Amino acid sequence: MFEISRLTGWLHELLSSWMPEWLTTTVECVLIGAALLVLYALLALFYIYFERRVCAFFQCRLGPNRVGPMGLLQSFADMFKILIKEIISLKNIDRFLFALAPYLVIIASVMAFAVLPWGKGLQVIDFNIGIFFLVAVSSIGVLGILLAGWSSNNKFTLIGAMRSGAQMVSYELSIGLSVLTMVALAGTMSVTGIVEAQTDLWFIFKGHLPAVIAFIIYMIAGTAETNRGPFDLPEAESELTAGYHTEYSGLHFGYFYLAEYLNLFIVSGVAALLFFGGWAPLHIPGWEGFNGVMDWIPSWLWFVGKAVALSFVIIWFKWTFPRLRIDNLLALEWKYLLPINLFNLVLMVVVIVYGLHF
Amino acid sequence: MEELKNTIAGKFPKATFDETDGLQVVIDDAHWHDLALWLRDAKGFDYLIAVVGQDWPEAYGCVYYLTNTFTHVILSVKVTAASRENPMLHSVSDLWANANLNEREVYDFYGIIFINHPDMRHLYLRNDWVGYPLRKDYNDDPSVNPVPTENEEAIDTTVAYIEAPDGTVTKEERVVFAPEDFVVNIGPQHPATHGVLRFRTALDGEYIKKIDLYLGYVHRGMEKLCESLAYPQMLHFADRLDYLSAQQNRHCFCLCIEKAMGLKVPRRAQVIRVIMDELMRINSHLLFAGTFCMDLGATTMLFYTFREREKILDIFEKTCGARMTFHYNVIGGVAQDLHPDFVKDVKALIPDLHKALKEYHKLFTGNVITHQRMIGVGKLSKADAISYGISGPSGRASGWSNDIRKTHPYSIYSELDFDEVVRTDGDSFGRWMVRMDEILQSIKIIEQLIDKIPEGEICAPVPKVIKLPVGHWFQQVEASRGAIGFYIESDGGVNPVRVKINSTCFPLAGVVDHLTRGTKIADLITIGGSLDYIVPDIDR
Amino acid sequence: MKKNKGVTIQGMPYDEWKDNEYIESLVEELKANGTNVVVGFFDKLINWGRANSLWPLTFGTSCCAIEFIALGAARYDMARFGWEVARASPRQADYIMVSGTIAHRMAPVLRRLYDQMAEPKYVIATGGCAVSGGPFRKSYHVVQGVDQIIPVDVYIPGCPPRPEAMIYGVMQLQRKIMVEKFFGGANRKEKIQKFLDEHPADSHGD
Repeated sequence: MFEISRLTGWLHELLSSWMPEWLTTTVECVLIGAALLVLYALLALFYIYFERRVCAFFQCRLGPNRVGPMGLLQSFADMFKILIKEIISLKNIDRFLFALAPYLVIIASVMAFAVLPWGKGLQVIDFNIGIFFLVAVSSIGVLGILLAGWSSNNKFTLIGAMRSGAQMVSYELSIGLSVLTMVALAGTMSVTGIVEAQTDLWFIFKGHLPAVIAFIIYMIAGTAETNRGPFDLPEAESELTAGYHTEYSGLHFGYFYLAEYLNLFIVSGVAALLFFGGWAPLHIPGWEGFNGVMDWIPSWLWFVGKAVALSFVIIWFKWTFPRLRIDNLLALEWKYLLPINLFNLVLMVVVIVYGLHF
Repeated sequence: MEELKNTIAGKFPKATFDETDGLQVVIDDAHWHDLALWLRDAKGFDYLIAVVGQDWPEAYGCVYYLTNTFTHVILSVKVTAASRENPMLHSVSDLWANANLNEREVYDFYGIIFINHPDMRHLYLRNDWVGYPLRKDYNDDPSVNPVPTENEEAIDTTVAYIEAPDGTVTKEERVVFAPEDFVVNIGPQHPATHGVLRFRTALDGEYIKKIDLYLGYVHRGMEKLCESLAYPQMLHFADRLDYLSAQQNRHCFCLCIEKAMGLKVPRRAQVIRVIMDELMRINSHLLFAGTFCMDLGATTMLFYTFREREKILDIFEKTCGARMTFHYNVIGGVAQDLHPDFVKDVKALIPDLHKALKEYHKLFTGNVITHQRMIGVGKLSKADAISYGISGPSGRASGWSNDIRKTHPYSIYSELDFDEVVRTDGDSFGRWMVRMDEILQSIKIIEQLIDKIPEGEICAPVPKVIKLPVGHWFQQVEASRGAIGFYIESDGGVNPVRVKINSTCFPLAGVVDHLTRGTKIADLITIGGSLDYIVPDIDR
Repeated sequence: MKKNKGVTIQGMPYDEWKDNEYIESLVEELKANGTNVVVGFFDKLINWGRANSLWPLTFGTSCCAIEFIALGAARYDMARFGWEVARASPRQADYIMVSGTIAHRMAPVLRRLYDQMAEPKYVIATGGCAVSGGPFRKSYHVVQGVDQIIPVDVYIPGCPPRPEAMIYGVMQLQRKIMVEKFFGGANRKEKIQKFLDEHPADSHGD
């Protein structure tokens, strides 16, 4: 079985055999940073391709299949084009904030990458409040969107940004509460701790009813958090042309575009972490043979596979449902999801206290 | 009819009558408003079908087509302006809401000022346009009105000509948008306007306070072009008008000319025309379903409905040779005979459509988000629908049974067994369901006819040069979006003197402001989508 | 043409595309001075990216726009070539498919849309109306071809053109992009600049 941790361990030993410790750490940091950025870009490109193929599949079409084998190079071509496309400078805007906004959006998603459990021992930082950190940084993104909408000096972007603000602030609550429900079950906020707690059985099975409710709420709120359909009001094409990023072109728009897909990965990655055991293989207590087979699949593949599968569900939402209206959207959160979520938290606590979980 | 004529003659002794095509009352401007009020209130002429502006050699004026929505009697009133230098008519926009935009159109094209009309601005043409294009003495030298390069300035005021009780007319300035209004331009280039329509929208947060409509972004001047073409030449405009009712529009145009010529169309051609009309209606409603769902964010539906639409286009293509602008109906019949596969293909299509409709309802109609977005949104009462002249499926969703196929059966529709789909909801959901159910009715009509296409000629013999007698004719046909009307006036020559296309979508655009007041931006998209207007049909 | 041996458009060899004399002469003009190897490589890479990632602006005024939707739908599926990312904002679009009649009132709007697009930008005139005014050429309110307002790269005749014709037209555009030069040399930019100088637009636009 192939684990990336073996590769990293070997690299660490190789470097530290002839380098002083401080230099080793520095080189490793740089390498990790570079690897993360490359992974970030590749993953985004893969997601763009994936979404286009999946959506084509739902719509009885073929999707990109001409550029490169199976159309795999399509998103690379898009990237090359976006890189060299003109960045239009506008009159009468706040230039600094206008330029800052896409970076804020993309930084929020890069930072969230740092704590995702990619595999066994394959994690950039592992601190004891990992999941808390994740929830915190992922909400920086909305700041970028608000800035983008406001600084563009365009009425459509402003409406888009305001919608986005209202939506993100509301659904952040649901995300937080359903994360809290699962943290209560795990008893720790450390990402590694949460995964370790699931090596015998995933939380979605372990926590049964409250975990399933939390999962459903998390998926709804997560879709809303990533501004994807049916919650894509901030960029509702038929209403606001392109929403908050209407005025962005070239690379700046590329950042928004990438961040949108990366957020999709992050949301589904967190769902995989909280409910489906992160990198932990599927284990069923008592089925030793089965568990052994499952262990043969590398842990990073488990994580990425789960995340992609959950992303598929979110993409499925987008291409099935019509868009909500802003008042329905807020009513859904404040009148339904939030009370259910609070009740669910209590339910989960009861389950834990009386040891009713598996 | 005779009784109505006598009553009018008794009440308005100045009125004269003309009976080439239905009853026409000719009256001067001074008595027009009284006559209109009396016709509406005492005689129940509650639906203003069309306002046809005209430049007669003696005077400028208008022909108003009115109908009673219970007896379906059509009456036309010809009103002429007193002065040729400064033509003025009394507005009837206070009686029929539909007159508002129609009179602005006449002002735009003929320069006739409507007294007491609240909003006398250009509708189609820019404010800096020189001259009135449909006047006979219009100077069409391109240097007079060159292609503009400057953007239009948005003007927030309008003028009204108000008549004082003593008969003096004064010009008044009126405010459209106050300086503190947050005005957003929706269109002309906007994904949800289905073409190039422009709404200047005053917003209060997410709520819409007022919409000001701008037309003419694809105004192609068809009516003027027709005046310089022979009758068979100008038929092709009908296909490009509302390209999703190409067959019905052209059918109507042909019917109008045939009526004037007194031509009898062979039965085979009539049956073919009806089948083609109904296929076109299905085609159009499928496209509506797709684009409407796309506006609501359910993009996938578009691809499903286009899948079925392509099958219909295949059938059209085999017979007509084109996917969109068919040029199939000609004066006296149809252009080509049916393709040998026609019957087989249509029979194969019908079960597919039934299956597909089930799928659409499963995917979209039953969805809870769909219900939230559509039910109760953009509610139009029956009285308003009639006043605004919202014919077709949108009007039928408000409980107004206005199907021309039933009220004034043309071609062979009187022999067919089909139901007029009427709902009473009046909201966007009703408009959606009416169209979905109309597909079923169209299938029913096709099923009745497909095995009974008689043998025979496909086109009546027509003279090489077609000349219509002196007179005027008006013909309506139920197109995909409502009643399309063609008005032709001839002086006996090869070219018409005036062709007026009474667009189906024009009233639909006019009602948007009424329906969207106080709703949200997202509702504007729902309402616009459910009304299903086609901008080239509005602009002509 | 030996010089373009390696160039393929959507997997089709260049030689199968030699049916357009105008582009052949354009290629001759561009390649007259020869190219540096490194620059040539980057040119190729950039052109490959640009040609294979053409995002249209959702723009349509009349009948041709419906055919454009049909082009995106399942039977013709322009997504195969990567053209399905239709952007509603001109800032993010690569080409504008002028599908439909352009009336006088629309002309400044279209020009403004064109000016709002980011370089590199291309224009395809689709259908008789956009090419020359089509059936409405004699009208008082119709622009006789969009090339009076904006520089056009490809013309697709038809009323409306079939989706196949549209695919062919966009492929011709791809081919034109493939032989472009990003670094130095004769450039289409100069031609466009010349056109824009001759057709000044409204100065208020930004």
